[in-house]
Amino acid sequence: MASPSTTADAVAPRSTSSADDNYLTHDKGVLSWIFSLDHKRIGVMYLCSVLTAFALGGFFALLVRTELLTPQRTIMDHDTYNQMFTLHGAIMVFLVIIPGIPAALGNIIMPLQLGAKDVAFPRLNLASYHLWIVGALFMLSSLAINAVDTGWTFYTPYSTTTSTAVVPAAFGAFILGFSSIFTGLNFIVTMHKLRPPGMTWFRLPLFCWALYSTALIQVLATPVIGITLLMMIVERTLHIGIFDPTLGGDPVLFQHFFWFYSHPAVYIMIVPAFGVIGEIIPVFSRKRVFGYKFIAISSLAIAFLGFLVWGHHMFVSGQSVLAGTIFSAITFLIAIPTAIKVFNWITTMYKGVIHLDTPMLYALAFLWVFTIGGLTGIFLAVMSVDVHLHDTYFVVAHFHYVMMGGAITAFMGGLHYWWPKFTGKMYDEKMGRIGATLVFLGLNVTFFPQFILGSRGMPRRYYNYLPEFQPLHVLSTLGAYTLGIGFLLTAFYLYKSLKSGKTAPMNPWGAATLEWQCSSPPPYYNFHKPPTVTAGPYDGYENLMYDEKIGGYIPRKTSAS
Amino acid sequence: MTSSISTLAFAAAAFEPKLPKLPDSPYFWMPPSASTTTANTDALYNFMLWMSLFFSVAIFSAMLYFCLKYRAKSRAANEFPEKTNDHSTILELTWSVIPLFVVVPLFVGGFKGFVSLRTPPKAAMEIRATGQKWKWLFTYPGLGTPDDALHVPVNTPVRIVINSVDVIHSLYIPSFRTKMDAVPGRYTDLWFKATQTGEFPIFCAEYCGTSHSDMLSRVVVHPPGGYERWLARTIAMADSLTGVDRGKMLYEKQGCSTCHTTDGTPKVGPSWKGIFDKTESMTVGAPMKVDENYLRESMMDPQAHIVMGFGPVMPTYQGKLSDKDIDGLIEYIKSLK
Repeated sequence: MASPSTTADAVAPRSTSSADDNYLTHDKGVLSWIFSLDHKRIGVMYLCSVLTAFALGGFFALLVRTELLTPQRTIMDHDTYNQMFTLHGAIMVFLVIIPGIPAALGNIIMPLQLGAKDVAFPRLNLASYHLWIVGALFMLSSLAINAVDTGWTFYTPYSTTTSTAVVPAAFGAFILGFSSIFTGLNFIVTMHKLRPPGMTWFRLPLFCWALYSTALIQVLATPVIGITLLMMIVERTLHIGIFDPTLGGDPVLFQHFFWFYSHPAVYIMIVPAFGVIGEIIPVFSRKRVFGYKFIAISSLAIAFLGFLVWGHHMFVSGQSVLAGTIFSAITFLIAIPTAIKVFNWITTMYKGVIHLDTPMLYALAFLWVFTIGGLTGIFLAVMSVDVHLHDTYFVVAHFHYVMMGGAITAFMGGLHYWWPKFTGKMYDEKMGRIGATLVFLGLNVTFFPQFILGSRGMPRRYYNYLPEFQPLHVLSTLGAYTLGIGFLLTAFYLYKSLKSGKTAPMNPWGAATLEWQCSSPPPYYNFHKPPTVTAGPYDGYENLMYDEKIGGYIPRKTSAS
Repeated sequence: MTSSISTLAFAAAAFEPKLPKLPDSPYFWMPPSASTTTANTDALYNFMLWMSLFFSVAIFSAMLYFCLKYRAKSRAANEFPEKTNDHSTILELTWSVIPLFVVVPLFVGGFKGFVSLRTPPKAAMEIRATGQKWKWLFTYPGLGTPDDALHVPVNTPVRIVINSVDVIHSLYIPSFRTKMDAVPGRYTDLWFKATQTGEFPIFCAEYCGTSHSDMLSRVVVHPPGGYERWLARTIAMADSLTGVDRGKMLYEKQGCSTCHTTDGTPKVGPSWKGIFDKTESMTVGAPMKVDENYLRESMMDPQAHIVMGFGPVMPTYQGKLSDKDIDGLIEYIKSLK
């Protein structure tokens, strides 16, 4: 009750004094960013950091793919290769995909979509970002000492006996876990407590539903990886036997702990992507989303079931047949809420008015790639087939289709969708479409051949390989270069838009969610007047008119003003 | 005399390290099928391949068709879609239930296949497999020294009892569609009944460090009677070889060649060429002369004194090498000048 009126009072004088006042210009100086409590500024800092980490992780990926051009040594030795794929995986998982959509895009957009002036705990939000930086520095310090070579999975007893700098990397992941927990906790409380009048649960945009489901997993699962990595560090430094059989430990126990987090973490990575796609498809089809409640609830169902399937990573670890059977059965259940989402999105497009702008191209790419990623997941859930495919390139291809093709494609879609809102600038639409096409082609050429490689028996994490596998590896590497070019082009035109892009209108795509009802970029306190919500997030497209002069949508009735 | 020459010639040929060759496959997606354990996997795999093709084509064509059919003219045209339902419980329940009908038989099929993969027949012949960085060693009944290839008779159920001496490895035979982790401190197993004679590659599928991708081996499936002949010949040879010849054989069979070269180039460990009698600086303590005692200590307690520039990665051979074996290896190293 009290807080919205305070918002209005605080903002009113400012907004009348300067129309240019927004969150980017409200305060000046580096410190006003580093210690900002504003969710949008924290989100922007997260975004810049995540994109930097993405560039670094991508660079390592290109090195790995270049090494795999030939069956023997190409550009680096065994150990360097092992370090490169480990760093690629660890950076992409812990520094890019996990924080990518929730902490970067979500931080900026979720409070705006909700109609709140900030997240519930702004200081906790800033602490989350600062911890991210500290965690990232720890992780990268491993690179400077003697880069970790365990794979991002840190399996014991290899990780407790290798001579590389495992401790800083694992400790980095431990700290990043807290960063993730803080974001999740903050989002849960924000969505429970800061919804303005009229914003009922079933009027929440699907992006918020997805972030809510993600936040539940972040809060409940992340502590497990934290304590597991800590135990691994304790074993490595103090030789207390927990996982290492020579000290009386059990190495398979580590895998249970690790996947108890890391399987739910897969949904920390992909559920926010569902949220982004759920925003883009209705807006660019000019239609209400089909089956809103099924999509919203299916996110929660996935979050819940995601906790009960970790053992499907361990069918050949010596785990009992009974345990494997239960894990396999529950894994199949996840196919259902996932299929519901895809069918509902496709149905949303039916009889729509479809605009194929860059964000929509990314959403279509997502549907394509995620369908393949999802269907190949079924292969791996079938126990006998998994025995053959486990730890081969089939698995590599599957999770890259889901993580890179799913999570990163959705992240790119969201980045392009909300870029005008973040920056107040429009990017070059033609370049955007070329970039999206290159990324889509690149990722299919990179990862599809890996399904064939894996089925034929090519194990993952191989530096040398049998010469018979070479042609498919070369094809895959060419795809990776295409991806690299696509992302470089994207970086170029996005940067250029900041310098010389057209000024973005308030609502370039004609969306009905609340973030498009404040200026681009948004004012410091988000809303001059606290919004009152009277309709669902995808209602009222017919009340919006496209105005060519401003290049965006305005309310139909007041088009004269 | 002639027999000993032919034994040596055979030894030289057999110990030549070589990459296993991926046999030509009649299938596009899968390697050749050479065991009874492949039928269930291949049938399910093929079914899912067609099912995936069906669903992806359906989804992709709907998506592309809608994009073409309902594409907006321009933003300025301000078109509005005709009213359609934004919800249909019947439709949504239908496509919630359809996947269920698809996945239940898949689960049951996978379960049956898995149980049969995990249940070796009682009469199965047993072979021990040990994973170590970075070599598979196979121990046969009656053969004192392990062999680096998996020799099995055709049409006979074979159970492989697996363990590891250092980190986790995974024994993977693509042509048999089976794999099992080698876990230190516990035993795991897998079984198969080979149906085709010939050689098939074995990979290590669980990442285990520097030379993980070189931890390759072969299954040699012998025609009827061939396995027994091979075993008898190998036992005879293992007993008769002495000195340098024995050392050379063990160099290949015991995994030494994964890390030590005989041509002077350092690999994971120092090269054996010219190392004997040299004084090497150690990572800890004073320099030491590489003599018989140092070599013996390096096999029994490899971490005691490590030559400068190399890591503490070698597993111990305590209990795996007899005195005769150690003598042979020392003689072999001496001979590499």
